[in-house]
Amino acid sequence: MQPGALSKALKNGAIWGFIVLELIFFSVAGEFMSLSDTAFMDWENMLLLLKQSAPIGIIAMGMTIVMVNGNIDLSVGATFAIAAIILLDSMTWPFMAAMGDWAIPFAWLFALIVGTLLGALNGLLVWKTGVDAFIVTLGSMLGYRGIVFMFNGENPTSHLNWTLVDFAEAEFLGIATASWFLLAATGAMWFLMTKTVHGRNAYAIGDNREAAVNAGIRVGPHMMINFAIIGFLAALSAVVFYSESGSVNPNDGQLYELWVITAVVLGGTKITGGAGSVIGTFGGVIAIQLLRKGLGHIGADTSTVNLVIGLILIAVLFLDRQLNVKGKEALKV
Amino acid sequence: MATLSKQKIGSVLAKQGILIAFAVFIVAFTLANNKFLTVDNVFSVVPASAKQGVMALGVTFVVISGNLDLSVGSMMSFSTIVVLDLHDKIGPFLAIPAMFAMTLCLGAFIGILVGYLRLNSLIVTLGMLSAIHGLTLTYSGGQNMDIADKEGTWFSVFGQGTALGIPVPILIFALLAAVLGLMLSRTPFGRKVYAVGGNGTAATFSGIRRARTVFMCYILSAFCVATAGLIQASRSLGSQNTVGQGLELEVLAAVILGGASLMGGSGTIFKTVIGVLILGFIQNGLLLLGLQFYVQYVVTWVIIILAVWLDIAAKRGRLWSPIA
Repeated sequence: MQPGALSKALKNGAIWGFIVLELIFFSVAGEFMSLSDTAFMDWENMLLLLKQSAPIGIIAMGMTIVMVNGNIDLSVGATFAIAAIILLDSMTWPFMAAMGDWAIPFAWLFALIVGTLLGALNGLLVWKTGVDAFIVTLGSMLGYRGIVFMFNGENPTSHLNWTLVDFAEAEFLGIATASWFLLAATGAMWFLMTKTVHGRNAYAIGDNREAAVNAGIRVGPHMMINFAIIGFLAALSAVVFYSESGSVNPNDGQLYELWVITAVVLGGTKITGGAGSVIGTFGGVIAIQLLRKGLGHIGADTSTVNLVIGLILIAVLFLDRQLNVKGKEALKV
Repeated sequence: MATLSKQKIGSVLAKQGILIAFAVFIVAFTLANNKFLTVDNVFSVVPASAKQGVMALGVTFVVISGNLDLSVGSMMSFSTIVVLDLHDKIGPFLAIPAMFAMTLCLGAFIGILVGYLRLNSLIVTLGMLSAIHGLTLTYSGGQNMDIADKEGTWFSVFGQGTALGIPVPILIFALLAAVLGLMLSRTPFGRKVYAVGGNGTAATFSGIRRARTVFMCYILSAFCVATAGLIQASRSLGSQNTVGQGLELEVLAAVILGGASLMGGSGTIFKTVIGVLILGFIQNGLLLLGLQFYVQYVVTWVIIILAVWLDIAAKRGRLWSPIA
């Protein structure tokens, strides 16, 4: 065994170990504390959990490649809300309404295109102005939210299309539509990041941008594509979710960026870039949803969930640091 | 020669750009609406942005030291709820110091994590945003907090009172800005903050205790948050659990608008104050023009990106970034 292999294995397996720990804990604790009769590790319950983690999970896949790049996107929640409004509002436009159910694919398409463009705009600004992605997306988080309000003021936008609802509520092989989209997004991003040149460039840029530039990677367009990807996935997440619910409030999607970043960091992606994996992020997404559901199962309320998730995030960061301590960095401060 | 003078103009613009923008902005809004630059209006705008302003002062220290603080919004909710709750239980005289002590403990916790354990401040304060929100909900049991006797308490003086004809929140903001401004620009501690943010390793080698300096910045930030919570609680005398939600980004926007770099090492209290005022007056000016509140979001977006972009462009001497 090579030196460091143990700590590497520990790090890569940590999130799955954590998930197993959660499952055991909530199953055992649930026996004593839960009010419901069903066991926590009920198959139906686990499938529901997968479905419920889809909105955050789909976006988190995009956040992984953006953060591996060494960037961040704070505007995903607002992009999510805009895409949702486009989806529902576009179906009421006269020419769309005239098409009957054929309006559905077009509504999806419009929402996805808008999401992709909003993401690409962030990327273009990061590329062309050289302003830090944190500031650019902090700004567009406000700006995009302002655009959301321009549609309908503070009123919700609603449109129920039963064909669409049926599609969103359908199950294929026992797995809900939203879950399929989460799995597909995970699979596609896994392929992109591990099997393609684009994916390898993402790690190279995050690890050492100067070196990546010297190696001939066009950093600007690369980052812009990644921002377009996260915009697309934020829109996809909205499209899947609001096909079922049919009504969007202008404040929907707020704080999504925090949940998404928490999931991605729990999954082992470095905030400074260069390291992280889609599979780890998938684990992070599941771990957070398990925690929310599990704490609810044993009768804790949302306040405890917030408290626990915040502290776990910090604990993970601390453990990650301890596993990464290098001798030369042991500078006494 | 021509390029040289162009660069000079660029560097002047970069250094004073935010002031020029502020002046242009004030003139434009005054021309558009004659109510804008009246004493009444100014006295109604500034108290409204006083709590963001006070928080921005503390965050300025944190940002100059090269870190971030995203937890100030939920920390302010916490201090507001705590002081309102304790007001009825142990009276305002004890409630205020108790609330300050509890908020400073939270700040110290973050300071230890970021300063002494050297964890990434973005993630730590993101975690604390969630954790403190949970703490607030647990403390209040999810209920809104109200003072029982709203008429008979002197507690309202911090948010609603006036002294010498000036609203007290303005006085608190001005006083704190003056003290912290002097602390940052005139004391050894202030210079240490710049040194740590500019080059942490070099600062360590020149004998500055980096960890302690960062720790103190978070303590200062928590102190400012507690003050903002006091103003908020006193203004409304009742509050929801989520009163500070989203404020962390508004505050950060003001600090960035003031020209502080997120890389650390640059920024001043004075410019942060200008940043706060610009955001406050945009909000007010657009409302006076009869525009909806959400237009300010879009305007703020454009202004933040333009401000930071021009700042960077002037420093590197070219408009577009050199990223290939």
